[in-house]
Amino acid sequence: MSNAEHHEGTRRDFLYYATAGAGAVATGAAVWPLVNQMNPSADVLALSSIRVDVSGVAEGSQITVKWLGKPVFIRRRTPSEIEDARSVDVSDLVDQVARNANLDGSAEATDENRAMDESGEWLVQMGVCTHLGCVPLGNAGDFALDGGVGGWFCPCHGSHYDTSGRIRKGPAPENLPVPPAEFVDETTILLG
Amino acid sequence: MLKKLALAATLALAPVSGAFAAGAEGHIENFDFSFEGPFGTFDQAQLQRGLQVYTQVCSACHGMQYVPLRTLSAEDGPGMPEDQVRAYAEQFFEVYDEELEDFRAARPTDHFPANTAAGAPDLSMMAKARAGFHGPYGLGINQFFKGMGGPEYIASLLHGYTGEEKEEAGTILYENTAFPGGWISMAPPLYGDDVEYSDGTEASIEQQSQDVAAFLMWAAEPKLMARKQAGFVGVVFLTVLSVLLYLTNKRLWAPVKARAKD
Amino acid sequence: MSGIPHDHYEPSSNGEKWLHSRLPIVGLMYDTLMIPTPKNLNWMWIWGIVLAFCLALQIITGIVLVMHYTPHVDLAFASVEHIMRNVNGGAMLRYLHMNGASLFFVAVYAHIFRGLYYGSYKAPREITWIIGMLIYLLMMGTAFMGYVLPWGQMSFWGATVITGLFGAIPFIGESIQTWLLGGPAVDNATLNRFFSLHYLLPFVIAGLVIVHIWAFHTTGNNNPTGVEVRRTSKADAEKDTLPFWPYFVIKDLFALVVILAVFFAVVGFMPNYLGHPDNYIEANPLVTPAHIVPEWYFLPFYAILRAFDGDVWVVIAANFLTGGIVDAKFFGVLAMFGAIVVMALVPWLDTSSVRSGRYRPMFKWWFWLFVVNFFVLMWVGAMPAEGIYPYIALIGSTYWFAYFLVILPLLGVLEKPLPQPDTIEDDFKAHYGKSSTKEGAPAATPAE
Repeated sequence: MSNAEHHEGTRRDFLYYATAGAGAVATGAAVWPLVNQMNPSADVLALSSIRVDVSGVAEGSQITVKWLGKPVFIRRRTPSEIEDARSVDVSDLVDQVARNANLDGSAEATDENRAMDESGEWLVQMGVCTHLGCVPLGNAGDFALDGGVGGWFCPCHGSHYDTSGRIRKGPAPENLPVPPAEFVDETTILLG
Repeated sequence: MLKKLALAATLALAPVSGAFAAGAEGHIENFDFSFEGPFGTFDQAQLQRGLQVYTQVCSACHGMQYVPLRTLSAEDGPGMPEDQVRAYAEQFFEVYDEELEDFRAARPTDHFPANTAAGAPDLSMMAKARAGFHGPYGLGINQFFKGMGGPEYIASLLHGYTGEEKEEAGTILYENTAFPGGWISMAPPLYGDDVEYSDGTEASIEQQSQDVAAFLMWAAEPKLMARKQAGFVGVVFLTVLSVLLYLTNKRLWAPVKARAKD
Repeated sequence: MSGIPHDHYEPSSNGEKWLHSRLPIVGLMYDTLMIPTPKNLNWMWIWGIVLAFCLALQIITGIVLVMHYTPHVDLAFASVEHIMRNVNGGAMLRYLHMNGASLFFVAVYAHIFRGLYYGSYKAPREITWIIGMLIYLLMMGTAFMGYVLPWGQMSFWGATVITGLFGAIPFIGESIQTWLLGGPAVDNATLNRFFSLHYLLPFVIAGLVIVHIWAFHTTGNNNPTGVEVRRTSKADAEKDTLPFWPYFVIKDLFALVVILAVFFAVVGFMPNYLGHPDNYIEANPLVTPAHIVPEWYFLPFYAILRAFDGDVWVVIAANFLTGGIVDAKFFGVLAMFGAIVVMALVPWLDTSSVRSGRYRPMFKWWFWLFVVNFFVLMWVGAMPAEGIYPYIALIGSTYWFAYFLVILPLLGVLEKPLPQPDTIEDDFKAHYGKSSTKEGAPAATPAE
């Protein structure tokens, strides 16, 4: 055995620091999996993007699908709903931002900026009132067309959305948000 | 690494391992699968061939309800492109949708369906639910060298038919050299060229057996490669740390031991 | 804490004094960490730290697994597969927990054998020993109930067989079994209560561990010589001891990391080696596996349970004497629990005045035979109860009881012990001093 007392102090210190450092790394490496296991698991992540078959949706009707645990309204609008939505001047709106996840965050709240396609036939939006999170009723509210076509109304605190899902009256601060969505073929919408 | 494993054996107090089938043991052949050993990895082409055998032959009677279809696109699994997985799911499987209250074509987010029609066991964990090797004397030591033998059991079983059959209590039993007891109620599923491999591999009974066995090993243990990697990193890092701690300990005690000499 | 004289924590700054006069927690930590520890402890004195680590590992990985597990007969098996396939790092966490149980038992058996060889159970350390035995019993209960949770075939049938042991108790057995299961058979009620208790018991164990440590910090550690630390003065005590930090912390950590490297090799490369393949088949109350085997750490006791069938004369005698109340089944159960009871009573069964096995020439042989016998019992416990195996199990079980009830009491009278060193300091110097060692015992290598 060599005589340890003749070792340089710095060499001893280096050994101690290296050991403590390696121990700290080991501890850190052990902690990370414990944190990471609480992140969404693979089955949950797999559902973050879903395909919706819209071949069965007739003009003037809508379907509600669950995406990320929340309702999404997919509506196939009639020409009169589109016309009504496009005739509104942006400056008359409560919230003048499109709230469309597929567009720039500052895009104006024109109906063209909210509908999925140029014709405006398809409107996809989250079915969650921007006030306190209730699910608005379809074909209802002050901004529905005659005969109760289009428009949404939130029964919780009386927020009225127009045929483009924009907030027009009531306590809700923002338009119904449009989630990331695209057509992958003629009858299938990919959400997320 | 072998030394390490041998050390593990000693530490585990003469490990007495799992399955001891009662009665006559079947004969299990030892294959060299690509995923065996500390650095073993799945052979993607083989997994895809195995999937083909499962789909076209086994799935007629056997379900695989714990395996999500989406995992077929896993990098350290069969690695099928996602659109192929979607097409595959749609083409081959139907699942019951509780919201629709009806059957519909399977999606990647669904699992392989269960299949209880023929009373055949689910194959999700079959490669882990069987141990091919137990000896010597039930000590399970040969598992250190050959592996647990789950896939070996499956492959041996699939080409272990002798062609003999007998009827017992209204059931036809087929003689099989790998099956414990020697007689199995499953009819020989493979006859050679049961599937046509797109990569040109000859679809002999042996080839198909090993391919589907490898595929079922992946189905049972999809995280096998990640696990081995984590194990290797862990062992290396802990070895380094132990050397550092050994030196620290030696240095710490040196003056104490030196004083004992006085 | 009383015990070996040593320096105590003295608060120096005003802040420290303020805290110390209200809550002397720094002092408690200081006294615990700086406890004088015999400087001749060898490498068998590392298992306590390994066990503390195992308890922490099992509690932490367990809490994490509970976040994804569902205790219901229809969902439990699938939820474990969900952990294995979907949860981030879930397969690794589950394998760590699964094999962590094995590491826990490897360590506890090494720890118990250490205590048996060096006489750590002898006065004044009986309470430490008894609490240790309680911890061991709780560990077995926790491990058994944990094994039921994945709801595989071996989970289900293991639970059926082991709870059936209670059914063997005369008169009230069946009611007790029904009460344990919450019904006539293992079912959802059983799974739920096992889950609850599997979560609870580790914290009870943690509490007992604190008492275990408290007890041996009062008596002081035993050491390979069995000679007590001199308490005549602080100066004397310091010749025999070193503070726990850093000398023994670093030494123990080194040993722990070596063991963990092996542990990681098992988890990484063959995580299912110690498990049973049948547990990857979902529980089915209608189909029994061909051969029900408990986990390896229960096998010696399982062998003792099965050793006593109706043909063994003690069983026949017991049956006759009790008018049929003690039948073979109940005798087996009594033998199994008795095997642990006699071990717990060893402080009063061992009559030798010498503590450490190092200075007991005859004891050594019987001790190592006991260790070998333990492994033989483990092996026959895994074999089918047919052919020669029941005879081996019977011989092994007999030796187990003979060791505690006959050999240890007699050895104290018959044996002529070797001379012991006067002090721990002498022992330490004998190893590291200029004069070469006279000691021949294989385990006598203090700290390196």
